[in-house]
Amino acid sequence: MLKAKDLLGLRTLSTDEMDEIMRVAIPMKDIIMRDIKKVPTLRGKSMATLFFENSTRTKSSFEIAAKYLSADCTNLAVSTSSVQKGETLIDTAITLEVMGIELFVMRHGASGAPHFLGRNTKARIINAGDGMNEHPTQGLLDMFTMKDKKGDLGNLTVTILGDVAHSRVARSNIWGLTKYGANVRVVGPETLLPIELQKMGVEVYTDVDKALKGADVVNVLRLQKERQSSGLLPSLVEYNKFWGLTSKRLELIKEDGIIMHPGPMNRGVEIMPEVYEDPRSVVDEQVTNGVAIRMALLFMMLGGKTSDEIN
Amino acid sequence: MKLIKDGHIIDPANSIDDIMDILIIDEKISKIEKNIEVKPEYEIINAKGLMVFPGLIDMHVHLREPGFEYKETIKTGLAAAAKGGFTTIACMPNTKPAIDERTIVEALDRKARGAKVNLKVIGAATKNIDSDQLTEMGDMKEAGIVAISNDGKPVKNAYITRRVLEYAKKFDLILIEHCEDESMANGGFIHEGYYSTILGLKGIPREAEDLIVARDIALAKMTGGKVHIAHISSKNSVDLVREAKKQGINITAEVTPQHLVLTDQAVESFDTSTKINPPFRSEQDREALIAGLIDGTIDMIATDHAPHARWEKEVEFAYAPFGVVGLETAVSLMYTKLVKTGIIKYSTLIEKMANNPGRIFNLGGELKIGNDADITLFDPNIEWIVNPDEFYSMGRNTPFKGWNLDGQVIHTIVKGDFALKNGKVI
Repeated sequence: MLKAKDLLGLRTLSTDEMDEIMRVAIPMKDIIMRDIKKVPTLRGKSMATLFFENSTRTKSSFEIAAKYLSADCTNLAVSTSSVQKGETLIDTAITLEVMGIELFVMRHGASGAPHFLGRNTKARIINAGDGMNEHPTQGLLDMFTMKDKKGDLGNLTVTILGDVAHSRVARSNIWGLTKYGANVRVVGPETLLPIELQKMGVEVYTDVDKALKGADVVNVLRLQKERQSSGLLPSLVEYNKFWGLTSKRLELIKEDGIIMHPGPMNRGVEIMPEVYEDPRSVVDEQVTNGVAIRMALLFMMLGGKTSDEIN
Repeated sequence: MKLIKDGHIIDPANSIDDIMDILIIDEKISKIEKNIEVKPEYEIINAKGLMVFPGLIDMHVHLREPGFEYKETIKTGLAAAAKGGFTTIACMPNTKPAIDERTIVEALDRKARGAKVNLKVIGAATKNIDSDQLTEMGDMKEAGIVAISNDGKPVKNAYITRRVLEYAKKFDLILIEHCEDESMANGGFIHEGYYSTILGLKGIPREAEDLIVARDIALAKMTGGKVHIAHISSKNSVDLVREAKKQGINITAEVTPQHLVLTDQAVESFDTSTKINPPFRSEQDREALIAGLIDGTIDMIATDHAPHARWEKEVEFAYAPFGVVGLETAVSLMYTKLVKTGIIKYSTLIEKMANNPGRIFNLGGELKIGNDADITLFDPNIEWIVNPDEFYSMGRNTPFKGWNLDGQVIHTIVKGDFALKNGKVI
């Protein structure tokens, strides 16, 4: 059981809760692998996705998760053009709530937006990414993948490579992994590493070779191309030269280390195509695991049951 | 004629810290003595067990008139001031239109006519706040402005600041500066530090403040003009001001009660009532502000009372306007968190909230025979819980909602007349 009404981030989740979610995700993954990918578990339950930012992957992942569990999922593409954004947000959510929606999956460009909505609705909320704050389902699916491939998270050295400053994926990974006692390293140009990062319990590097040496996992962050026009980077070419994950740099991680990326990838910028194609790349499996994690959360938050009951 | 009897008077400007009586005749303080003889014509105010302060002065208030009457009006703002024990407040010119010419100053005076609390007006330093054209500050001074400021922003660049300071000298006007280098702030909205890092909210480094403080110190030195640093928040800026004062440069500074009490940790909840500018900074900064207050680097406490409508603050953190209300919590908050805890003395509180703003801006601020009888009576034994729904201000945006505070203003007397009596605004 999750203690809070809303799933807002891994910062506020306990390892017990994260364990539970990952445990429930295992039978969910089995459902995805079946011939007939549908169970009636959440029949009659209603949820909605509220995406204030564009997304294809995360939104589809939640929709598919809902479908496999037979929940009814309404998708609202919300305009961000309105000036009174807060009003629109609360009003939109309450309108859907009084129509019977029990859970919102929400993505928003402003950090804290789902926290704000959660205080104003009875419906439960899953944060599908808020500003630069958190992307907890991505964090969970990343840890689920690491655990599946490499075992106990507490024994792992995980290197997060790239634009940490603007990355909600990085923050959720850091919160989750440090709670399990993993050795987390972050690396990127100093302009993309936020201040006082080491206080989050991570090792901070600007030298990618040092940060990769002996890592069990390298999680490569997507680089937004506009960073080069805002004084943070000179060019994507230079970024690739000093921080891109190349085959040569890959030799530094453990032989059985794995390569992850939350997608979508900028090939030739933060990651080279041959790295994605390396047998140690688990990028595609992350996507499958994403559906399983989201099914687990929908099940726990709409059905309210524990993993023992589904088994 | 009123006789304030048996109150504990605190007025460091006149070295008073004793149980004494104050006699008020015709709006003025007539006597301050022990055991003044009671006469039948006196209205007796029993101040036994109460603290008696020179009327508090707040040099940094946003009354929102003209243009934003849905946030606050002169009437509601002055009522909130009376409730908070302020006998004089000064309102900032970043209104719509800006207070940048005599007619607007006069219009505000007309609106405040009949109000009990003294309203003083701060005029803009440049036309429409953010321009290259100096305001007719001499003309506005004749109409009663007490300072100039482009609050919300600093004067736009070093050159114009230089000219403002040079020109303002003739009229003995102090330039109150909101110190924030816009390019350095780069659209941020909380302190750049641990909390901006973990919450993914854009940070404003303390250096955004430091750069303009340093600029203005250099220009005050160059021109001999007077600069007052509004709502100082950065430990580096406190050091800069301390050093400038040592060199004899004409610089003064204020700090808000909220910056003395809260840090950027308050933002953790994404509660928009913690969104202010300058932002709540780190614990080290907060400690430096208290040290600066104690050693005299920071001259005064000012609220930066900034009311907003409920619907403006009930939005995502990034979209909310900056600011919190402060008039009705300031003195109780400072008493509870600084005086009662032994961090500062009562006398320091009164220096910072009455004596110094009064002296620096020529607004009284002390209990002296012949002065206007502007007096605040404070009951340190009242315990209360901050409930914004009970505010006289239209603004409800306070980070102190639900806080238990000690001490409350009971009577606010302005020119011998009650503005607040038994906790109720007259």
